[in-house]
Amino acid sequence: MSMPFYVPPEQVMKDRADFARKGIARGRSVIVIGYDRGIAFVAENPSRALHKVSEIYDRIAFAAVGRYNEFESLRVAGIRYADLRGYSYDRTDVTARALANTYAQTLGAVFTQESKPFEIEIVVAEVGADSDADQIFRLTYDGSVADEQGFVAMGGASDAAEERLGTAWRPGMTLSEVLRLAVDVLDAGDNGERRALDAAQLEVAVLDRDRPRRSFRRVVGPLLTRLLGERSEVTDVPAPALGAEPGSQPDAGTDGAVPGTPPGGPSS
Amino acid sequence: MTHPASGRPRRLDDAFLTAGSSSFTEFVSAYRPELLPAGRRLPSGASIEAPHGTTIVSLLFQDGVVMAGDRRATMGNVIANRDMEKVFAADDYSLIGIAGTAGIAIELVRLYQVELEHYEKIEGAIMSLEGKANRLASMIRGNLALAMQGLTVVPTYAGFDLETATGRIYSYDVTGGCYQENGHHSSGSGSVFARGALKKLWRPGLDEQQAVAIAVEALYDAADDDSATGGPDLGRQIWPTVAVVDHFGAKFVGQDVLEDHVQRIVAARRDNPGGAR
Repeated sequence: MSMPFYVPPEQVMKDRADFARKGIARGRSVIVIGYDRGIAFVAENPSRALHKVSEIYDRIAFAAVGRYNEFESLRVAGIRYADLRGYSYDRTDVTARALANTYAQTLGAVFTQESKPFEIEIVVAEVGADSDADQIFRLTYDGSVADEQGFVAMGGASDAAEERLGTAWRPGMTLSEVLRLAVDVLDAGDNGERRALDAAQLEVAVLDRDRPRRSFRRVVGPLLTRLLGERSEVTDVPAPALGAEPGSQPDAGTDGAVPGTPPGGPSS
Repeated sequence: MTHPASGRPRRLDDAFLTAGSSSFTEFVSAYRPELLPAGRRLPSGASIEAPHGTTIVSLLFQDGVVMAGDRRATMGNVIANRDMEKVFAADDYSLIGIAGTAGIAIELVRLYQVELEHYEKIEGAIMSLEGKANRLASMIRGNLALAMQGLTVVPTYAGFDLETATGRIYSYDVTGGCYQENGHHSSGSGSVFARGALKKLWRPGLDEQQAVAIAVEALYDAADDDSATGGPDLGRQIWPTVAVVDHFGAKFVGQDVLEDHVQRIVAARRDNPGGAR
C-alpha cells in the first residue's frame, strides 16, 4: 500500500479554483444589466431550448454560465425552493437574498466536500419598486456572494466586459440602450475582431418592474430585433396591457391576466 | 433551506437538487408531506362541521368559457360567509371553481395554482389543457381519505385550449373521475336548479355578454330554491363572481357590469318569479 503524497490545503483549494475558473472561462458570456424600468438579461446562446436565463419567482430571475447540467439542477432547485416558500408562507416572503444565501451555502459545500467543484457562475436578480431597490447577486463556484450594482458580466472574458460596461453604463438607460450596449460588449471577441451577433444568437429576457405579479418576460423575435435596431423608436417592451398577444404562450411574452387569488393565496 | 429537523447549515437538501419530476405536488409530498391536505393523518371515524361552499355554473360561448359562482358559505343552518370567492384563475388560460368544504377547497386551489406555475417555470412551456385537467383529477384522488370523512371537495375546471382554440369544461367527482362536459355544467348544492335554468337558456354560439347574463340568471334560479346558495345581495352590493376565459386569457367580469346584469334580472322577475318567457 502506497502512502499518498501530502498536499497542503492551500494547494488543494487553489487547484480546485483554477479548475472551476478554466471551465467557466470556456463558456460564452452572460450580461445582467439594470435599465430604467427593470433588469435585462442578455446571453449569447444560439439554442432556443436550453436556456441560460430563467424565471424563478414573481420578481426574481436566474442567469448562469458554465456547465449546463450543473446550473440546470440549481435552477430547478431554486424554483422548488421559491415555490415551496411562497406556498407555505406568502408570495412576498420569497426574496432573492434568501435564495442567494441558500445557493451560496450549496456552492460552498460542493466546493469543499465533493470530488469536483461546480464549474458555474450564477446571478440571482430581484427587481424592486424602483431601480435603487433592485438587487443583483453574483455567486461564484466557491460559494462567495457579491452584491453588485447596476450590471454583471459572467463567463469568458468577463473582466474585459465588466470594464467596458463600467465606463459605458449609467443609471436610467432605456432597455434598447442597455441591450445595444450589452450586445456591443458581447460582440467584442478575444482578439479584437467583431462577430456581428444578431437576434437569433441571443437569449434576452427582462424583469419588468411595471408588470403585476410575475414580472419575468422573454424578449424574442421581431420585438428583439426592433429593440436592437440602431435608430429604433421602440425603447422598451410594450406595457402590460398592450403586450398581450392572443393565444401565445407566456414564454413568448404575453401579459398575465389578473388571476383570482384565494384568501391568503398568491397576491400581487 | 433544510428540513427543520436537521441541524445542518442552510444548504439545499438533496431533494431540491435531484433531477426528476416537474410537479410541485410530487416534490412536496416527498419532502414536506404535512403541507399537503393528503399528507395529514386524521382521527378515524370523527367528523366535524366546517363551512361549505355551494353552487358553480360554467357554460361555453363562441369564444371561450364563462364560469360563475355564488358568494355564500354555509355551516349547517348558519351562513358562515356572505362574500366568499369560489371561482379562481388557475393560470393565464384556465379557471377553477370549487364546491364543498371551503378550507380544504381553497388549499387545493392554492396548491393547484402553484402546481401549474411550477411546471411552466421548470419546463418553460404551458401544460396542455388535457394535462392540466388530469393533474387536478389526481389531486382530487389524493383527497379521497378526507372526502370519506365528509370533507369533500368537488371542483369544476374550465379553460381555453390553445391548440384547438376552443373552450372546454371538465367536471369531477369525489373519487377523482374527470369528465369533459358539452355546453354547460353546474355543481354544488344548487346545481339541480341551476342545471334546469341552463338547459332552457343555453344554446350554441352565444356571445360573451349573453353567456354572462345566463350564468348570473342560472345562479339566481339556484338561489331561489336552494337555501345554501346565496342570491345577489342588492343591499350589501354583493354580486356573484363571474370569470371569462378566451384567447386573450382569463379575466374577471367587473362589478359594474355584474350590477347591471343583476338589476335587469331582478326587474324581469317582478311579477314573474319563475322567469317564464
